[in-house]
Amino acid sequence: MLMTDRERLAGEIQALAEKHGKCRTALIPMVQEVKRKYQKIDSYAMQVIADQLGIHPVEVYSVVSFYAFLGSEAHGKYIIRLCRTISCDMQGKDRVQRQLEADLGISFGQTTADGKFSLEWANCMGMCDQGPALLVNDRLYTRVTPEKVHEILEECRRTFGVHATERKEAHLV
Amino acid sequence: MSPLPTFSTMTPEAGLKKALTLSRPDIIEEMKNSGLKGRGGAGFPTGMKWNFAAAARADEKFVICNADEGEPGTFKDRIILQEHADLVFEGMTIAGKAVGAKEGILFLRGEYTYLKSHLEAVLAKRREQNLLGKGILGTDLEFDIRIFMGAGAYICGEETALIEALEGFRGEPRNRPPFPVNTGFLGRPSVVNNVETLASSACILQKGADWWKQKGTAQSTGIKIFSISGDCQKPGVYEFPMGITVAQLLKEVGGEGAKAVQVGGASGQCIPASQFERTIAFEDIPTGGSIIVFGPHRDMLDVLHNFLDFFVDESCGQCTPCRRGNVKLLEGVELLKEGKCSMAYLQELCALGETMQIASKCGLGQSSPSAFLSVVKNFREELMGRTFSHV
Repeated sequence: MLMTDRERLAGEIQALAEKHGKCRTALIPMVQEVKRKYQKIDSYAMQVIADQLGIHPVEVYSVVSFYAFLGSEAHGKYIIRLCRTISCDMQGKDRVQRQLEADLGISFGQTTADGKFSLEWANCMGMCDQGPALLVNDRLYTRVTPEKVHEILEECRRTFGVHATERKEAHLV
Repeated sequence: MSPLPTFSTMTPEAGLKKALTLSRPDIIEEMKNSGLKGRGGAGFPTGMKWNFAAAARADEKFVICNADEGEPGTFKDRIILQEHADLVFEGMTIAGKAVGAKEGILFLRGEYTYLKSHLEAVLAKRREQNLLGKGILGTDLEFDIRIFMGAGAYICGEETALIEALEGFRGEPRNRPPFPVNTGFLGRPSVVNNVETLASSACILQKGADWWKQKGTAQSTGIKIFSISGDCQKPGVYEFPMGITVAQLLKEVGGEGAKAVQVGGASGQCIPASQFERTIAFEDIPTGGSIIVFGPHRDMLDVLHNFLDFFVDESCGQCTPCRRGNVKLLEGVELLKEGKCSMAYLQELCALGETMQIASKCGLGQSSPSAFLSVVKNFREELMGRTFSHV
């Protein structure tokens, strides 16, 4: 079973490499797609990507570890990124932070035990006139109040079932 | 009414059609005459940049649109991309013709992923309308644009770091020179322009350099798009002529009574109320458009703390002045908050800040101490001898 998963991952990475052209410029787009689907980039994935691009796996690790939206560690199905920079800070991001932590029972930088939610900080997301702002994966929420936090989380939970079944069928490319 | 009156009143594609009738040197001459300076904040003359890239010899050249808008307090590019994407792509195509590039890349920050489908749709429509691709509008011009998604790094707003990311490396700035106009993406001449610069270029080609120069000052021509946030009644995106005073701007947005205004984002300057008659222009207070208003109740040390947290997090770590210097300044702010910073140590921190401005490799480290130094200079009475009740 473990081998089949690995083989499937390797096949998908190979297809990605062909889609993006097997050269170094493909590295970030490939990592982004793998991360989006698997919520992590483990050392095996990094090795396969390196093989496909003809570079050392440490080169892949070096890039993966540099960017805030990449990173090798596993995260939840939904990454909640709360903006912590000045304008959102002045508009009350601290209280939104507390409520998120209280509702999910985790701190920033952690993932819930069921693997659904991760809390992360974002540096200025460019929503300074409508703060506090947060992103749930690619979806944007502005003027978030502590009372709204529950609603946002419920919205994710409702769609989680659908996403989970979709994921079985989903293939990259 | 649109917050961007100038961009809204442009005739679609008129600038591109005009450019197609002009020779490459004529386009560049028009850009030089307009006096347009880079709208990302650095203020490099756009015509000169295009000229360098046009003069460089290479088999391939690139036009890169820098939409990695990460400076705290900046969000104008998001609005421009949402509402006037065509104008930006038109500007890129004009730049492509001017410098002889066939490929354009829009570097979009990861935080703006939700804009991507809209932008892809605009690009697809432009291809259908023969505004991109081969033989644009029946001429022999060939140019196409693709979107590259950033992966969450403020430093990639720096043009050489952006190119490193495009090439699949860590976003660590390169030494300059050589500049990207000679040795850019894949070692080829590349023009890297801000979103607003490219949109403004399309306007200039349409209406002419003289029209552009009617607004603004002699050294900072034309209009500028501002992102205004913080303690004011009407935060948002505004268009003002260059050379507007801080006081006029505050009046427009309902921010009168402010104690200070941060112009140019976290890497800009903190202007105290006593200097609100100064003008926002490259010759006085330069900015990429970020204006953050601080009301009378704001604690400037809290502001500095937030900025330095940001820089500590976003420094790429490549050079020591920036990697260590920002940490030291942050620790200094914490000491000040606790009332445990001696005057001698504060002076040392200021000397460190000045060293960072000189010795850092790129704009991030060179400008990250600006806020610290301007707060120490202008708000000294708030800083020293604090007790915990302040914190």
